[in-house]
Amino acid sequence: MSTEARAAALLLFPALAMITLFFFLPVAAGLLLSLTDFDLYSLGDAADTRFVGAGNYAALLKNPLFWKALGNTLYFSLVGVPLTILIALGAALLLNARLARYKAFFRTIFFAPVVTTIVGVAIVFRYLYHGRVGLLNQVLGWVGIEAIDWLGDPRWAMPAIIILAIWKNFGYAAVIFVAGLQNVPDELYEAARIDGAGAIGQFRHVTLPSLMPTFVFISVITAIGYLQIFAEPYVMTPDGGPGNATLTVVMLMYREGFRWWNMGYAAGVAFILFALVLIATAAHSLLRRASS
Amino acid sequence: MAGAVTGDLRTGARHPLHARGSANVRLQGIALIVSFLLLGCARPERATTIKFWGLGWEGEVVTALLPQFEKETGIKVSVQQIPWTAAHEKILTGHVGNSLPDVFQTGNTWIPELVTVGAIIPLDGKNLPENDYFPGIWETNKVDGTLYGVPWYVDTRVLFYRTDMVATPPRSWSELIATMERLKRETKTQHFYPLLMPTNEWPQPVIFALQRGATLVSHDGHARFREPAFLEAFSFYTDIFRRGLAPAISSAQVTNIYQQFGAGEIAMFISGPWDVGNLRQRLSAEQQKVWSTAPLPSPDGTPYPGLSLSGGSSLVISRRSTKQDAAWKFIEFLSRTDVQIRFHEISGDLPARRSAWNTPALTDDPQIASFRTQLDRTGALPRVPEIENIVTTIFEHGQLAARGQLSAAEAAARLDRRVETMLEKRRWVLERRRLEEEAAGGVAGGQP
Repeated sequence: MSTEARAAALLLFPALAMITLFFFLPVAAGLLLSLTDFDLYSLGDAADTRFVGAGNYAALLKNPLFWKALGNTLYFSLVGVPLTILIALGAALLLNARLARYKAFFRTIFFAPVVTTIVGVAIVFRYLYHGRVGLLNQVLGWVGIEAIDWLGDPRWAMPAIIILAIWKNFGYAAVIFVAGLQNVPDELYEAARIDGAGAIGQFRHVTLPSLMPTFVFISVITAIGYLQIFAEPYVMTPDGGPGNATLTVVMLMYREGFRWWNMGYAAGVAFILFALVLIATAAHSLLRRASS
Repeated sequence: MAGAVTGDLRTGARHPLHARGSANVRLQGIALIVSFLLLGCARPERATTIKFWGLGWEGEVVTALLPQFEKETGIKVSVQQIPWTAAHEKILTGHVGNSLPDVFQTGNTWIPELVTVGAIIPLDGKNLPENDYFPGIWETNKVDGTLYGVPWYVDTRVLFYRTDMVATPPRSWSELIATMERLKRETKTQHFYPLLMPTNEWPQPVIFALQRGATLVSHDGHARFREPAFLEAFSFYTDIFRRGLAPAISSAQVTNIYQQFGAGEIAMFISGPWDVGNLRQRLSAEQQKVWSTAPLPSPDGTPYPGLSLSGGSSLVISRRSTKQDAAWKFIEFLSRTDVQIRFHEISGDLPARRSAWNTPALTDDPQIASFRTQLDRTGALPRVPEIENIVTTIFEHGQLAARGQLSAAEAAARLDRRVETMLEKRRWVLERRRLEEEAAGGVAGGQP
């Protein structure tokens, strides 16, 4: 080993040791756990644990609640991710517009929900969504739309959570988009203008292509976050909502693991979710390679 | 996470002046004097402090009893209040994370589970006036004949009703339905429902099942949700929603049940003694005159009343506590008749000890009297650690049927399959214990 390689190994060691200790080992332990039926009985007497192989995974695939949770999570992500990105992009364009005033103020307003405590947000949103006295239904009433039982109707509970999650999270993506927009060199716009491009032409041929790396980054981050959605539905509907309409995969994992203490089973849920996130991320990087 | 409640606020605030580390000499001088004063006030020997977890409302009001306990015993109690909705997770994770307090309150349905995981110690051999407790409630604190908890207060569910809308409380299921149908026809109040039964509450469907004599879970660990007794009760429960006699909503959607009850938007609901206190606190003086409680109707009207739950909270001692003697003193104190009466006064909770029921505050109170009647007619839940999961699964399937997504029979069949799967581990553990016992020549083993 050369001196340089030795120095590199020495410098890498602390980081690698930490990652091994706090990431690889727990993940390996989790994987082992997911192959056992570790539960309440095991807690009382470790001998009451069986190695079940893929048993937890097989049981999960047969559990209608798991499919419900998976469906809810995909619904949430497939609707939530594009909407969040679109709204964030819109907000970023407004913030970056030459004519915009009080930019810092609006940037703060957009970003405030991201750093607001979710429990406080939940209290306010529960009032907003209330079927009878909620502000949202009153506003809908003015335009002649009948009251919606937002959190009580199985059809509306998930849209209600999606609206909350978008409001809570778009600010983060917007701030990154603003950074991306500010990195687009002015000369490109100038050149486009000289070539006769209008506002739409500039957006299509300069802004969008320049923002591509930002797009990929935002969509990966948002998709990973949304597939693991927990806090928003948990604080709004701790019991999973009407007919489990807002039960997500992570909520199912939490319920199985920490409520019923079926740890092996819950670890199985975690690894299925891991696979899901991996697939989503891989799909994204394929997309990125294809686009560049 | 909802489980993470507050820590001890006081610990961080000690000697704030020292923490600042100011270079200002005068300030340092003041700090020095203040800390001398603080030291001068402190007692020479450190008093024993035990940690106590109180759940919900009880965790709040129990603090009023602590000065007396500290005066009598010199033991300090540090109380942490845990919301009921997070209590189950909190206690289990507390056991695993070795952070359970010395003594804590637990719902008596959780005792089999706490025994299974080895979180609490047996209390046999302690000097307790067993005959002064309600036998049904006392039984829920025993697992395989061994006592693990001391009933703190008892709780059973009765019918709360508006006396101006319901002249005579129903005594049978058919009378209950007839009363609700009449109320629905006659009442013109907007948003009116004869009955409120939040669909995310398990006691109502479980009570109806117990009243019909349903087994729920057999001794050998099999689900029993296809038997006629359960099906009949389950259909009765879900029909109430389907006929529009109760709204199929969860408690999260109920804004303020007391306000709605006071305004006459609800005529009846089934709940426990804590709501006597809540109603008295929140309704106006006029509204106080138009409500009362009655024991639950029974399926056929006789025997009346119908069974209700042997609910309530117990006090248990953590296995890993190093201050079990002090913890026991606290339990003894809270179990004393005079303290039980005092606790009833401040919390509205019903005393676990019969002798405490002789106080005029309880005997002369018509809104409380029905609880005394009901406490003689309570049924027991299956004593398995999975019971919490099972009763949750019951209301989840009740929800499906209440909303008309499944018929009652389909929902019950699905429920049966879910619980049967859930109990697979229990059947295996029971079989394992049985084989072990056989091998050991019939020496008694503990309940798993």
